[in-house]
Amino acid sequence: MAIVFIPSQLRSLTKGIEQVQLDVRNVRQVIEQLEDRFPGVRERLCDGDDLSPAIQVCVGQNISTRGMFTKIEADHEVHFLPAIGGG
Amino acid sequence: MGTKQLVSTTINGEPSQFLCEARQSLLEVLRNETGLTGCKEGCNNGNCGACTVMLDGQPVNSCLVLGLEVDGKEIQTVEGIAQENELHAVQQCFLEGAALQCGICTPGFIVAAKALLDENPLASEEEIRFQLAGNLCRCTGYDKIIRAVMEAGKQMAETTTS
Amino acid sequence: MSQETKQASSNGKYRVLGTRPVRHDGADKVTGKAIYTADVKAASMANGFVLRSPHAHARIKSIDTSAAEALDGVLAVMTAEDLPDVTDKIADLGEGSVNLAHLSNNVLAQDKVLYRGHAVAAVAAVNVHIAEEAANLIKVEYETLPSVTWVLDAMKDDAPLLHENLYTSSGGEKADTASNVGVHLNFQQGDLQKGFEEADAVVEREFKMATVHQGYIEPHAVVVDWNHDGRIKVWASTQGSFTCRQQTAEVLQVPLSHVTVVPCEIGGGFGGKIAIYLEPLAAVLSRKSGRPVQIVMRRNDVFEATGPTPGAFVRVKLGATKDGKLTAGEAWLAYESGAYPGGMLGPGCMCVFSCYDIPNALVDGYEVCLNKPHIKAYRAPGATQAAFATESVMDELAEKLGIDILEFQQKNAAKEGTRRVDGPVYPKVGLVECLDAAATSDHWNSTLEGPHRGRGIASGFWFGCGLKSSVVASVNSDGTINLTEGSTDIGGTRTSIAMQMAEVLGLDAQDINPRVVDTDNIGYTDVTGGSRTTFATGMAAYEAGLDLQRQMTERAAELWDCNSEDIQIESGNFVSSSQTATFKELATELFKAGEPLVGRATVAPDCSTNGFGTHIVDVEVDMDTGKVKILRYTVIQDAGKAIHPSYVEGQLQGGAVQGIGWALNEEYFFDDDGEMRNASFLDYRMPTAYDLPMIDTIIVEAENPDHPYGVRGVGETPIIPPPAAIANAICHATGVRMEELPMSPPRLWKAIQQNQDGN
Repeated sequence: MAIVFIPSQLRSLTKGIEQVQLDVRNVRQVIEQLEDRFPGVRERLCDGDDLSPAIQVCVGQNISTRGMFTKIEADHEVHFLPAIGGG
Repeated sequence: MGTKQLVSTTINGEPSQFLCEARQSLLEVLRNETGLTGCKEGCNNGNCGACTVMLDGQPVNSCLVLGLEVDGKEIQTVEGIAQENELHAVQQCFLEGAALQCGICTPGFIVAAKALLDENPLASEEEIRFQLAGNLCRCTGYDKIIRAVMEAGKQMAETTTS
Repeated sequence: MSQETKQASSNGKYRVLGTRPVRHDGADKVTGKAIYTADVKAASMANGFVLRSPHAHARIKSIDTSAAEALDGVLAVMTAEDLPDVTDKIADLGEGSVNLAHLSNNVLAQDKVLYRGHAVAAVAAVNVHIAEEAANLIKVEYETLPSVTWVLDAMKDDAPLLHENLYTSSGGEKADTASNVGVHLNFQQGDLQKGFEEADAVVEREFKMATVHQGYIEPHAVVVDWNHDGRIKVWASTQGSFTCRQQTAEVLQVPLSHVTVVPCEIGGGFGGKIAIYLEPLAAVLSRKSGRPVQIVMRRNDVFEATGPTPGAFVRVKLGATKDGKLTAGEAWLAYESGAYPGGMLGPGCMCVFSCYDIPNALVDGYEVCLNKPHIKAYRAPGATQAAFATESVMDELAEKLGIDILEFQQKNAAKEGTRRVDGPVYPKVGLVECLDAAATSDHWNSTLEGPHRGRGIASGFWFGCGLKSSVVASVNSDGTINLTEGSTDIGGTRTSIAMQMAEVLGLDAQDINPRVVDTDNIGYTDVTGGSRTTFATGMAAYEAGLDLQRQMTERAAELWDCNSEDIQIESGNFVSSSQTATFKELATELFKAGEPLVGRATVAPDCSTNGFGTHIVDVEVDMDTGKVKILRYTVIQDAGKAIHPSYVEGQLQGGAVQGIGWALNEEYFFDDDGEMRNASFLDYRMPTAYDLPMIDTIIVEAENPDHPYGVRGVGETPIIPPPAAIANAICHATGVRMEELPMSPPRLWKAIQQNQDGN
């Protein structure tokens, strides 16, 4: 099971729940299952079918470049973070 | 279109003539009329030194010199520093000391540093920093540039005495 | 002279990595042969000039270009009417994203100008002087509006509103009234109140930071040829040819495949040459005139109309127990985003406490539009501002607790397993190693004597990006290799990338001929920025080397009449039970015996390099003038593995000196009309050679497990610690705690006077 961390600004949608354990293989499944449990989450994290360009997902300990396609393994932590550019 | 005048000069040891308008700087003329794009425009008002060339033996900001002013004068640009196929000590030391990153300020530094070392090859770190304060670099923090200039000076002094 | 420079070395493990070969493009760069964009000359090339708004905020009522068009020598004139309407679409540029309507609007204003310098029209003429004359004949009627240029003022309810359709986004939820605040972010961890209750000492401070510019010596420049077959060729000074291509195609609304971008040699970028400014202007002028058009920005336009990095207001509060354990941290950040939303609040909020293990923390951040150019990254975007606040408060808290600041940092340092306030847990990282290196360094252990002298220390963190790179490696008949890549080389990366291929193949760096090519000639490659190039494109070069080895093993098996499993690679040599050959020998043989050898690799590694650094600085303050002299400076940074130590040192030194300028002198000085009064290198005072000592470096190598050679990105972290390190040193020299950047002589002098009057 992956451990999905709910961003603090979305906790009003999850009634304060900060973490959920989900049986998922990729980030798309995370979004789907979160939306099932906490309606409204998808709109906050996504732009159409993709993750919002303002958001990056961190799976395990790495910030992924694969968005919705990012693979998730058991015991991975999943964090939704602001997108980072560099200079 | 402004009227152009003929300017006769010596550039890198060779006679050179070009046409230029009164409002064109030497920087613009070198880059556009003679094809010597080694000197660079960084600010166009004498504050960065990227346009440094030698004019009658003195380093100048070519953006502050008018093209018409150099009639009858001698100019040396970075293209004229290496002799035939051999880099000058300053150029070689810049390469071996990794004294450049983006390289845009490098031509200006090489002309200015050579001028300084020609006068005083064993200049101290402080003297070098003072004399090169008119050349801005944003990439290197100057450390490796100063070291390269000092090393080049040592080699030039040894060549003179040997 | 340098007291100490600890050099990374090959340690016997590698042949090439850790050595210092001369860079491949060196001869061109020291002889003036290297071609930068302003050096490009195309046949019949025209020159362009951009007309810009003199007002910080105004409606455009009309634009009359007739006088300009009538001037002899003018070939084309354009306004925003010549650009297609772009919807509010967000384009993913790989490294950051951009709202296309805002990008197009920034390239050329439509109904409003949002900052002084905002482009309004452009002219192409037979030479740049005529183009400028013509631009000044264009009549623009403005209705001026009130403007705002300080972040806290722009947040007020009665502040002039820049966009009527901008609603604050809080975690993706939009507010219902328009505002200048584009984004609100919030991170929380643990129980903040409990954390502060457990603290024996608490320090809280507020800090103000002015807008600063990357200050690259080469102004933005483009040459664009809109050919008669509809294909558009762009020569540009850009950190990323592929993102330049995408942005240009999107703004012009032409197919991506119609645009080719040739990245010329580039004279510095630091994050400021990723967004486009001139490409669409030159393109349209080229289409209208039927000639290639070159536009080079003037220096004042670079200051006023590109992308400086945000001014900010940051409040930080930290609490710790008497034996030096941090218990709580709270940060409130307001970052400017300039004329449009979309900035670097996110990384700022993520970095503010990133160096420490703080179990109870709250970070609240706001990104605010105001009448300044749209901000862009300056090395580690948003991190320097946050670190200035946190590292200053750490220093003050250590003093309050009576604990040595370095021990305080070591006690609380982030390490493998530490959870950052935004959530993720760190893998193996090198902050502890950097702090330990600081503790044993000659600098830290040397005595600093003399009046008004002080020593400061500060640390910083930057993520380091992965992103996409492609390389192709063609083997020549003599066994050397042409390595084709798409990473613009701003600091010597073509050599550090070539070295990684040389290492895996048992070749010398000079046997690899690296070339940076245009977007038609290499696979997609993300920007040179984000501390990613040596890491990611180097990884691609390594993988391409492995690809070549695999191909050559199979071909050798045919030549040697054995199975490919029977051939081993030992130090780059191909060895079977009866034969052995170097790469070069085999390559020469294979050239006579069949297909050419071409290797390839593409990578898209995750962001993981996690670069930490610690800086130590000694200063002397002239109490009569407020001028600060840097006596000694040491940069300690974890590079994972330094491929070419000279270029790693160069990144450390260059970034540190930019940070020194940020700390002591650089700022955008705006008057009441929103005009920048110091838009030149004379008055925007960057460090010169005479302002500085040598910058010592200590490269720590805590290898990155996610790179074949352990590389971590290094380019950005060095700009983060200097302002705080210098503020701490100034405090120890004078007793004055500076809360504003820059700590320029007038400001410091005033603070010294006030401190003396108070005493």
